[in-house]
Amino acid sequence: MNQKNRLTTGGEVDRSQKLNFTFDGKTYSGFAGDTLASALLANGVSLVGRSFKYHRPRGIMAAGVEEPNALVEIGEGAYHEPNQQATTVPLHEGLVARSQHRWPSLAFDVGVVSDKLSRLFPAGFYYKTFMWPVRGWRFYEYFIRKAAGLGACPDQPDPDTYDQRFAHFDVLVVGGGAAGLEAAVQAARNGARVCLAEQSDKPGGQLLHHPDQAIDGLAAAVWIERTLEELTALDNVTILRYTTVAGNYGHNYLTAIQHLRAAVSSRLQKHHPRQRLWKIRTKQIIFATGAHERPLMFGNNDRPGVMLADSVSTYINRYGVLPGRCILIFTNNDSAYRLAVYAARAGAEVRVTDSRDGSDGHWVDQARAAGIRIDFGKAVVNTTGRRKVTGAKVMSISSDGRTVDGTAETISCDLIAISGGWSPVIHLHAQGRGALTYDDNTGAFVAAGESGVSGEASSICVGAARGCLDFRVSLEQAARAGAAAALKAGFGKGEATRISVAEAMETGAYSPLWLVPAPKGSREGYRKYFHEFQNDSTVADIQLAMREGFDSVEHLKRYTTTGMATDQGKTSNVNALGIVALHSGQDMKEMAPTTYRPPFTPVTLGTIAGRQHGALFSPERKTPMHDWHLEHGAVFEKVGDWLRPWWYLKPGEDEQAAVVRECMAVRNDVGMMDASTLGKIDVRGPDAAEFLNRVYTNAWLKLAVGKCRYGLMLNEQGYVFDDGVTTRIGENHFHMTTTSGGAPRVMTWLEDWLQTEWTDLDVHLTSVSEQWAVISLSGPKARDLLANLVDFDISREALPFMSMKAGTMAGVPVRIFRIGFTGESSFEINVASRHGLHIWKTLAKAGDDYGLTPYGTETTHILRAERGFIIVGQDTDGTTTPMDLGMDWIVSKTKGDFLGRSAFSLPVIAEQTRKHLVGLLPKEKAKLLPQGAHVTMKRNQPFPCSTLGYVTSSYDSPILGRSIAMGLIENGRDLIGQSIFARNLDGSSIEMKVCQPVFYDKTGEKSHA
Amino acid sequence: MFQIECPYCGKRELTEYSYGGEANLSRPAPVDAEENQALTDYLFSRSNKRGIHFERWFHVFGCRKWFNVARNTITNEFVDTFLVVEKSPVDDQAKP
Repeated sequence: MNQKNRLTTGGEVDRSQKLNFTFDGKTYSGFAGDTLASALLANGVSLVGRSFKYHRPRGIMAAGVEEPNALVEIGEGAYHEPNQQATTVPLHEGLVARSQHRWPSLAFDVGVVSDKLSRLFPAGFYYKTFMWPVRGWRFYEYFIRKAAGLGACPDQPDPDTYDQRFAHFDVLVVGGGAAGLEAAVQAARNGARVCLAEQSDKPGGQLLHHPDQAIDGLAAAVWIERTLEELTALDNVTILRYTTVAGNYGHNYLTAIQHLRAAVSSRLQKHHPRQRLWKIRTKQIIFATGAHERPLMFGNNDRPGVMLADSVSTYINRYGVLPGRCILIFTNNDSAYRLAVYAARAGAEVRVTDSRDGSDGHWVDQARAAGIRIDFGKAVVNTTGRRKVTGAKVMSISSDGRTVDGTAETISCDLIAISGGWSPVIHLHAQGRGALTYDDNTGAFVAAGESGVSGEASSICVGAARGCLDFRVSLEQAARAGAAAALKAGFGKGEATRISVAEAMETGAYSPLWLVPAPKGSREGYRKYFHEFQNDSTVADIQLAMREGFDSVEHLKRYTTTGMATDQGKTSNVNALGIVALHSGQDMKEMAPTTYRPPFTPVTLGTIAGRQHGALFSPERKTPMHDWHLEHGAVFEKVGDWLRPWWYLKPGEDEQAAVVRECMAVRNDVGMMDASTLGKIDVRGPDAAEFLNRVYTNAWLKLAVGKCRYGLMLNEQGYVFDDGVTTRIGENHFHMTTTSGGAPRVMTWLEDWLQTEWTDLDVHLTSVSEQWAVISLSGPKARDLLANLVDFDISREALPFMSMKAGTMAGVPVRIFRIGFTGESSFEINVASRHGLHIWKTLAKAGDDYGLTPYGTETTHILRAERGFIIVGQDTDGTTTPMDLGMDWIVSKTKGDFLGRSAFSLPVIAEQTRKHLVGLLPKEKAKLLPQGAHVTMKRNQPFPCSTLGYVTSSYDSPILGRSIAMGLIENGRDLIGQSIFARNLDGSSIEMKVCQPVFYDKTGEKSHA
Repeated sequence: MFQIECPYCGKRELTEYSYGGEANLSRPAPVDAEENQALTDYLFSRSNKRGIHFERWFHVFGCRKWFNVARNTITNEFVDTFLVVEKSPVDDQAKP
């Protein structure tokens, strides 16, 4: 209960506001301002998780987004969220956190056996071990899935809401550290609209834990306050806290994730949007994203209690937590000496091991002055302890860092603070295709200059993100960049004013140390030298991969899984390259990091979805008759964005009974269907007929006015793309119909050809899908019913099959097309949408005496299948030709060019074995074939075996009293009369006979009636 | 996310457009031959350029006009926008 590592003073936490939380069921307390990690460290909790592959104990290593180890589960029930970095989770009252990836408990984890067997699990072991026998994978997978993975997925829908917002700025400053603040203030003083995005709760960055750094003669904290005050007072500045810029998608479009909850009291949290996705377009970008400290590679460097030096400084100075009492600092650069001074000041026993020969930098001198023991030319080679560091083994290291010698001295300590140098956070710069170059002075990749599109550079890295570790230089750089960005965006004269001046501090040279050499005769070699903590990848893994020929860094990354964990290798990528360079003898300047991809930190899917889920996921289109359908028991089906009646339920009826009733009504009496969703395109112009001649497979030039014709459209590969009936309304005027779902696609396709290939044709297209309501009246009594309602002759002679007439019906103008999709005598009544409901109701009222029955799409599907009419997309699959469908009759052999024609001569269509659309009749009449079932030649043919094709449509036909089906079957027409077998998912077979794909009214006599 | 210059409407967001593949393909006249290199090239071969790439875009949620652009596939810089019937002065053979 008591926070044993909490300092009595110092830090940004509010000691008067105690917050209780639980970790693995145990209750602890922290203070307002803590992160979960700082609160755990305050309570002396050092073990927070088990590693991915070897289940090794792991502790908190860092203090920010670069943390690889401390992944925990947060929240319960629907609010449960796995893989959260304890270092970035703000503490709140009642927070529930659990460790992951351990069983039965964190302290005693059975999986740790894999650490003992680590020799058996080198890089690529999945690829090598589980590949034989081939069938074995099914067996292995079960156990691998159980053992692998980190946190558990939430098992309930996300109850939270998420916001999204578009924003436009002149200058976006990413990162609210010293450089970011200065850049923002300079750009803002010049009048640009500035956005400053800071990922934590408080701008200040490194200054927050380096309070000794004076700027403009002020203490760091005072300077931050002063700058923030100026920014806040300006109208042209937006400061976003808790906001991580996650992706840079080119053309200065960036996304940022803002956490909204942390600023809200926990009582209100559940009613408040959890996160907001900012979609930002900006003229200029300044990346002041800072740098991440790198770990050093030595034996068992992953033990809880090994932490990054600057992160320890953060815990001491920002959170008032001293994570260890006896601290050994191991470094190859000056920056870690700041920790030596802070830790000693906080009362810890401190000792420094430095791999360099010496340094006289400012902080080294300060450490000396504080009486801290510094050993130059030494390196930690291994650690001792089990679930917590108890000591370090230190040996002498040569100047070039290639050998260690002498006897190992064991130094007792409870914390090893390491610093292997700094890697600028260049992720966003690199995502925006900015170039990188290796900088010897810092041992890291830095931006090779400015980057941007449209000729002119529009983004720049400043400060630590540019590899500059000196506050004085950083501020100067940032100030000039801020003013320059404002100028490029059209504001000011590019002059920085009142540039903040940081107190200068001398720094000793950094000396690269990619790897502490393993002592001679070491049995363990490099197998416990972890360079990638989250995926448990070791130096030995890199060496193995290189021996096996994975020279390319991109290949090596995938083989060893380096940098592929949720932290994307923030602490490991540069080290991995260093180790590769060391072993291959390459210069770091020849190396390039693997591709940086968004997001910078993991993004919750809910944030990406925003409000666009459920009813708002996609638009819903409703026909003019929609409300009538609702009132009459319609169950709706979504077709594209359209809501279409599937069937209409009468009281006490189930779906099957409804469909049988509807089918029989159309076959015996008359039915009506809302076909308003049909795609409709108005085609006009002197070349309209010629145009149709080129886009359909059949001939169109001689179609008489008032006549309709069915057409197939093919793509250029010769495959069926859409179909529909088109009618000649006038000499230069056609009314084209398309499938309901295909309308936008067809419109775009036709426009493409007119605009880009056939610019000689004078044709105009207008989408009229929503302007016309369509009612399909179908059945033997359709004509009698309709004849009473129209003021013109629709007799068989006056309005024969495949023709159209315009006139008046119930006081409104209509076009009546003698076409249909059911195989019965059918009339498609087209009426202006605003009269659709009126005509529908008129029919419904007049239809009572005729047994008029409204029917839905399911009935349509059955009726058309009985007649063997295809549905494009169901009975075709994007590789189906008209010949495959047995529709050679619709392909003109004489008219010359049309879309898809040329492809018919390609071997794939002309010569190869093709799948034909055939009818399939199950041997047992009551047996319904599963749609999509694959078909084999023999009964119960053992798997694996080749498939002949598959079932595309399958229904119970009420009029035939049996099941029917169609399928695309290899050489199907040659198999007519033979028995073949549809296969169920369980492997069992259903016998069926191949037949012509027409089951009812084979001569089409009823259609023509 | 790209911002693309429509020759009719001006600069707009990528989400208003749809991509139409490589520009300036020439559609061969129909020939009935088994060996038809011109046809297979037209249907299946694309230059997949590293550097300046002429490509088609459609302003689908705008003026619904097709047009061509020259895009640098390395930097995603849109170097030129031109009408379907025009020829761009940009040299697409220049070394990237």
